[in-house]
Amino acid sequence: MNRSHRLGIAPLAALAAGTLVIAACGNSGSGSSGALQASAPGVTTKTITIGSHQPLTGIAAPGYDEIAPASNAYFQYVNAHGGVYGRKIIYKYLNDQYNSSITTTDVRQLILQDKVFAIFNGLGTPTHLAVAPFINAEKVPDLFVASGCACWNATSTLPETFGWQINYIREGKLLGNYIESHFKGDKIAYFYQNDEFGQDGVKGLSYEIPASQVVAKEPYNVAASNPAGEVGTLTAALKASKAQVVVAFAVPAFMALLRLSELSLGYSPTLVSSDVGSDPITLTGLLNSFAKKSGSFGAGLIQGIITDSYLPSLGSAGDSWIKLFTKIHDQYIPKLPMDGNVLYGMSVAYTFVQALFKAGKNPTRQDLVNAVNGGLPQGVSVAPYAYSGSDHDGMTGAYMAEVKNGVLVALGPTQVTDNSPTGPVTTDSTAQPPAPANGIP
Amino acid sequence: MQEFVEFTLGGLGDGVIYAAIGLSLVLIWRGTRVLNYAQGGMAMFTSYLALFIINATGSYWLGFVVALAAGLVLGAVLERAVVRPTLGKPPLNAVIVTIGLLILIEGVAGIMYGSKNRSFPAPFSIVGAKIGSFALGPGSSPTAIFTAAAVLAAAGLLALLFRYTAVGLRMRASAFSGTVAQLMGIRIGRITTLGWALAGLIGALAGMLVTPQTFLYPNSMDSIFVLGFTAAVIGGLDSPVGAIVGGLLLGVALNYVTGYVGSNLPELAGLAILVLVLMLRPSGLFASTATRQV
Amino acid sequence: MTLARHAGIAIVAGVVLLALSARLDSYRQYQLAEVAATVVAVAGLTVLIGISGQISIGHGAFMFIGAYATALIIMHLNWNLALVILASAVVAGLAGAVMGVAAARLRGPYLAGATLMLAVALPAVAYQWQGVFGGDQGLDFAVTTPGFLGVNFGLTEWQAWVCCVCALLVMVVLANVLRSRVGRNWRAVRDNDTAAALAGLNVAVLRVRAFVVSAACAGVAGSLLATTMLNVTPGAFTLALSIQLLTAVVLGGLGSLAGAVWGGIILVLVPPFLTNFASSHGLASAGASVPIAGYGLVLIVVMLAFPTGVQGGVRRLLGPVVPAASGPVNALGRRWPAIRKKAGGRDAGHELTSTQEVDKEGTR
Repeated sequence: MNRSHRLGIAPLAALAAGTLVIAACGNSGSGSSGALQASAPGVTTKTITIGSHQPLTGIAAPGYDEIAPASNAYFQYVNAHGGVYGRKIIYKYLNDQYNSSITTTDVRQLILQDKVFAIFNGLGTPTHLAVAPFINAEKVPDLFVASGCACWNATSTLPETFGWQINYIREGKLLGNYIESHFKGDKIAYFYQNDEFGQDGVKGLSYEIPASQVVAKEPYNVAASNPAGEVGTLTAALKASKAQVVVAFAVPAFMALLRLSELSLGYSPTLVSSDVGSDPITLTGLLNSFAKKSGSFGAGLIQGIITDSYLPSLGSAGDSWIKLFTKIHDQYIPKLPMDGNVLYGMSVAYTFVQALFKAGKNPTRQDLVNAVNGGLPQGVSVAPYAYSGSDHDGMTGAYMAEVKNGVLVALGPTQVTDNSPTGPVTTDSTAQPPAPANGIP
Repeated sequence: MQEFVEFTLGGLGDGVIYAAIGLSLVLIWRGTRVLNYAQGGMAMFTSYLALFIINATGSYWLGFVVALAAGLVLGAVLERAVVRPTLGKPPLNAVIVTIGLLILIEGVAGIMYGSKNRSFPAPFSIVGAKIGSFALGPGSSPTAIFTAAAVLAAAGLLALLFRYTAVGLRMRASAFSGTVAQLMGIRIGRITTLGWALAGLIGALAGMLVTPQTFLYPNSMDSIFVLGFTAAVIGGLDSPVGAIVGGLLLGVALNYVTGYVGSNLPELAGLAILVLVLMLRPSGLFASTATRQV
Repeated sequence: MTLARHAGIAIVAGVVLLALSARLDSYRQYQLAEVAATVVAVAGLTVLIGISGQISIGHGAFMFIGAYATALIIMHLNWNLALVILASAVVAGLAGAVMGVAAARLRGPYLAGATLMLAVALPAVAYQWQGVFGGDQGLDFAVTTPGFLGVNFGLTEWQAWVCCVCALLVMVVLANVLRSRVGRNWRAVRDNDTAAALAGLNVAVLRVRAFVVSAACAGVAGSLLATTMLNVTPGAFTLALSIQLLTAVVLGGLGSLAGAVWGGIILVLVPPFLTNFASSHGLASAGASVPIAGYGLVLIVVMLAFPTGVQGGVRRLLGPVVPAASGPVNALGRRWPAIRKKAGGRDAGHELTSTQEVDKEGTR
């Protein structure tokens, strides 16, 4: 008689004991109920705690793992300068490795156990989609999702959720509009990620670029086992289509691979890229080992890439926002490069602090949501936000730019548009305000 | 036609890398009957060392040599420290230990170097060759040719080692039957360490050759390892020739699938090929012994 | 009698767990559900590896199948939850049969390689047929508590109940199967398949059957996780999941269902603990790798120092308390029957030793 195959008593007892221990731990509260002004979960008289899920390790980590530390750097700056109505912001971001089942666990912990005031800048479309219904069901504000999916604008099903960066459809329209007017008659090809990011981008492009000009559409799978091989074959297909302009909705690693494949194949179309994949510092970091041997392409494998940008350019050293954020970077996170990811992280953190101030001295969660529903001033974004009670999209526009000598140089004024197939692309009439002198909204 | 040539040459170029990883796995398996799941991780780690040397001294070849030497040392050290105690225990223990080693190496690399994708230099230009205006694609670049030559040279040297040297004979003997070999006076321990050291060297070589196109980060060798493992299994874990053939076959087949069918399907194609081969020959294409039929 | 005993233990455990779950807060209930689901997967894999002697580094693929089957059935057919879970088990079991047949003649690393590739390749299905499977974003769906529990019954508590009840059912079934003729045959095949074949056992059928059972368990686990998370994406079924299941099986203690319980607990509770530890000490991404390195180190140390895993360690701890007897004793002091001693002198922990003796000598 072999006991090992019966349900051993010992481990079941341990499981039960463990559950009791967990229960005991779970019920010892975190002391968030303080004095008079603890107006909501996560808010005490001295602190506001917010949470996020971020890919700190794993396939999505390169580059994106800088965003949360950059946001945190801005929050620390605010804390050091009086905080928000005297409260310090505590930013708790958990690693989800871009794996939606880990995201689910992380967010449940943040909301149910850590009792954060709000979820801020949750990163990733598939990861955040996994948790958005839960966050909304718990009536927790879900601000400024780090993803350009148009799906965050769903006021009836996801009333607590707000986007921030320009969504991919709008971006596609802006890029498409530029291509349609500057590359008339040229053959256009698309190189895009085969998920929401790429597909929405292509949708936007198709609203502006006549179908007759599009000679190839090459989607890539970001989870491929051999990305270089995959991009190599797709680039060969692009080349075979004889496209003169390639529009890319790709993450930086795949943009770099596209460039390298083009180099190998001796193919040099004009490259137009989504903002997601065009940060010059990130791309240079991926390509600098090849720049020396780039043969006929000349100096800099990224020179001349056309893209859009919704934040001030890092190349504008005199810009007040860039000065502010560089100062904060140098003080709090000097080890990270001052690149597009860090700029992104600080900018979205700035926007959040705008919302916090607007929510009032003793905010409830609903106060925070109402603050954004009432619209936010433009701040660091180059175009106005769309925020209203019926629209949870973030930025409405961007400016076209070109990569020149490692920085983005504007090609024109900021343009705005909407998500619809026929809505026009128009020049933005509002000017971007300068950064506040003390760096706090 | 041009696409076909580009796909074929590109596939061969990829296949050579899978073959290299497969070769290092075969080397360890033949010598010690352990499958080293950490092989890719070791190659990633030696590539980091190479990158620092290259950035510090400006010399690619110095970094190259350092990586190979580090691979040699790393293989030997890991074998003595971590794998040796698992000999004589159930084989599953060695599996878990090498998996643990993989996770540990990747974690340590993440702590020391961060998750950032780093650019990694190629030994030569990556511009593909042209015949007139007919481009042959990335598989015909000087780097690709060097890669193929290096891997085939390594395989050839290994074959010579096994077949014509006393050391090689000892390695084959201890793989065939450890007890008998020990009775004949062969120092199994040293042979095992040597096998791991050589495998570490070949793994480091593979890492140096493939990292320019994967970029360097802690998980950069994970997928390459899976494909290299598959190549070795297709070819037969006892056969170095099998690893080469398996690698080339896999590389070309997957490239055709990606190019002509769709970019979501190469892994499924790889699975299909693997299962097909194993159903017909359960120990791989070049299995030296037939499986027992009962 | 065995069935009655197993069922009895299960009922007692069930009552305890259900009563406890009412006391837990929502997050802990969610964790309890996760643990229960994971235990099912680990138990199934334990049967495959520890009892029938095969290896799989790809069981995440069967969880993927079970999870997506659940999502699709709930979204399109809206069946009763029990039926959904059962159907998912059947679908995963069928896949297990296909894999088992393809792999019936494979041993050791060849089987490992085939299952590895399965785990890597199968999620690509979600990307290729995006209309059905939702692509990268996956599928979302809702589960509601049944009417008879009342309107205010918490969803997470219901999910914890479902997972715990299913886990106990599966464990009872597995425990019975393992003690039956099939279980003994599996162990015979594991220890020496040539001898087993000579004794008249159909080795291939037995091996396939083990694959089916373990795949069905993984399918149930995937289904339970899907109903708890209410979302399935391909990104949740990476190769890392399959590897984690394998390590959980061995860490917990190979060859025993009790070990599977330990493995499930470790797999669910340790990573968030480590992540919280790193995050609360303000570590950025470099620090986020510390839990990873730690897990690898733990695997190595445990395998070298405690090859029989947690359950073996527990047994060893409780062993010396019991008075010595003439044969090896188990944790409750029952003597092993003499017949086991003759069959190679294996003790409870080193059940694979005799296989190893056979394998080390000669070519395979």
